[in-house]
Amino acid sequence: MKEIASMHHVEFSYDMEEEESSPMSTKALNNASFTLYEGEWLAVVGHNGSGKSTLAKLLIGLMFPSSGEVHLFSERLSEENLWETRSRMGIVFQNPDNQFVGSTVQDDVAFALENNGVPYDMMVKRVQEALEQVKMKDYINHEPHHLSGGQKQRVAIAGALAMHPELLILDEATSMLDPQGREEVIEIVKKLRSEINLTVLSITHDLEEVLLADRILVMNEGQVLMVGTPQEIFQQGTELEKVGLDLPFALRVSELLRATGVELQGNHMTEEELVNELWTFHFSK
Amino acid sequence: MDISLQQVGYLYAKDSPFEKRALQDVTATIPSGSYTSIIGHTGSGKSTLLLHLNGLLKPSEGIVQIGDTMITAQTKGKKMKEVRNHVGIVFQFPEHQLFEETVEKDIMFGPINFGVPKEEARARAHELVKLLGLPDDVLQKSPFELSGGQMRRVAIAGVLAFKPSVLVLDEPTAGLDPKGRKEIMELFHHLHKTESLTTILVTHSMEDAARYSDRILVMHEGTAVMEGTPEEIYSLEDQLHSFRLSVPRSVRFQRQIEKMSGQRFDRIALTEDTLAQELAKAIARKGERPC
Ligand SMILES: Nc1ncnc2c1ncn2[C@@H]1O[C@H](COP(=O)(O)OP(=O)(O)OP(=O)(O)O)[C@@H](O)[C@H]1O
Ligand SMILES: [Mg+2]
Repeated sequence: MKEIASMHHVEFSYDMEEEESSPMSTKALNNASFTLYEGEWLAVVGHNGSGKSTLAKLLIGLMFPSSGEVHLFSERLSEENLWETRSRMGIVFQNPDNQFVGSTVQDDVAFALENNGVPYDMMVKRVQEALEQVKMKDYINHEPHHLSGGQKQRVAIAGALAMHPELLILDEATSMLDPQGREEVIEIVKKLRSEINLTVLSITHDLEEVLLADRILVMNEGQVLMVGTPQEIFQQGTELEKVGLDLPFALRVSELLRATGVELQGNHMTEEELVNELWTFHFSK
Repeated sequence: MDISLQQVGYLYAKDSPFEKRALQDVTATIPSGSYTSIIGHTGSGKSTLLLHLNGLLKPSEGIVQIGDTMITAQTKGKKMKEVRNHVGIVFQFPEHQLFEETVEKDIMFGPINFGVPKEEARARAHELVKLLGLPDDVLQKSPFELSGGQMRRVAIAGVLAFKPSVLVLDEPTAGLDPKGRKEIMELFHHLHKTESLTTILVTHSMEDAARYSDRILVMHEGTAVMEGTPEEIYSLEDQLHSFRLSVPRSVRFQRQIEKMSGQRFDRIALTEDTLAQELAKAIARKGERPC
């Protein structure tokens, strides 16, 4: 498998950067290492303050580690290759308000393309396409600051998609979307992955989204606590609750059912699996 | 404090080329002491509606009645400020409203501005920090040194410091981790009961709306299209789908099982606990029947 990005023993603390405020006096990242492979979808989970956003910021070179290394597209990330590297990524942060730069939705989505010297005709086409993907084409001439919370998030996502990125980094990018909106974004990502070899790193609290990822990385107190497939990670059960995480719906309901005395064979992560077992062992007889 | 809206309409940038209608003919009642959730697709007008409830926006059309105060397009600013004395609002990402040097000052700012003596405001700030489960030493820190979850709690304390009788919450847990989300939702629920608040919650979580509220209002394209108890609203799945909404996960699961087993549950499973109980009952019934 080809590596797209990796961190090697990365340390970071906000105190050392003067103009940055510090979330805590301890290290925001403490000896963090992981590898992201081409074409995979990695979900990053962890409680608030566990270091997820810091990880994302270091990965896109908004800040540099105090020790350790960040690698992207087989090169060590540095001031020199920062812009070239970023032009290959699409980035969406939690709160879109801080990200808008254009005076219209269209300008905003075009901004990064223009910076990267994408020719005008192609730019117009890509902007249209991206806005269509997130169902915001009707708002093309609106002012971004005058949109609703969820509409802003859609536009921010369009901005990242228009870049035609090789690596898409989403930091809580759907936190203000309604359930259907979330599903739509997940569908867009799935579709892109089937068309191009897109790699996705998604920081999220949405467990049902997490279940769709190829692998999950659990952050805790600035460290990478574990990395594994959803199966492997959710097998830890209550261990996860200790670090502030929730369990998927099917697992929670399974636990509740067991507590009422219903016997269940397996540990089911998806609703489908649970329905199947209930049907086979309890209803079909 | 009863709240009612009569044929309320709102246009952003009215009479300009950018005029945009956000609300149209909204008629709804929010009884005093109720916990009402407002649900609706992105851009359906939920936040705009909330801004009318605490006098930050005046309706372009119709009447907003908050307790004894009636607000129409003609209402003057002073009266709107009075409303803000009773109605506290927590915005989407409230931490953006933090600005003072210390957490203590930030929480005290509002009450002092409304004429509460300084020492009383300070005492209230200390109480609230405790109530919200923040460590004591947080009071002398800058709000910007805190983690996202902590900042959110400070911003909420700043709103509670007014002692509002109506609490308006616009997606107050967006971006919080599951544990923080649950803690904050439980806290609002607790306050709702102990302080006899009227609570209005905008949420995208059908699960939270089902669990915590006694009334639900559905918004669609700027209009209030459904109003009822969670049981009523979530029994109308097809109608919700037509407004691009869905039922809580537990209800969806219930319907699957009902379809598969051919037997109906006694009640709608608005929470996971109810779902587990009803499932266990259904399984027991199945067991008793001869094959
Ligand atoms: N300041 C503004 N100026 C012009 N139009 C606006 C403004 N704020 C919101 N709108 C428009 O009004 C409509 C309703 O927006 P509102 O923010 O009330 O939606 P919402 O239901 O809260 O959505 P969300 O769930 O995404 O937060 C949307 O079409 C939006 O684009
Ligand atoms: Mg809103």
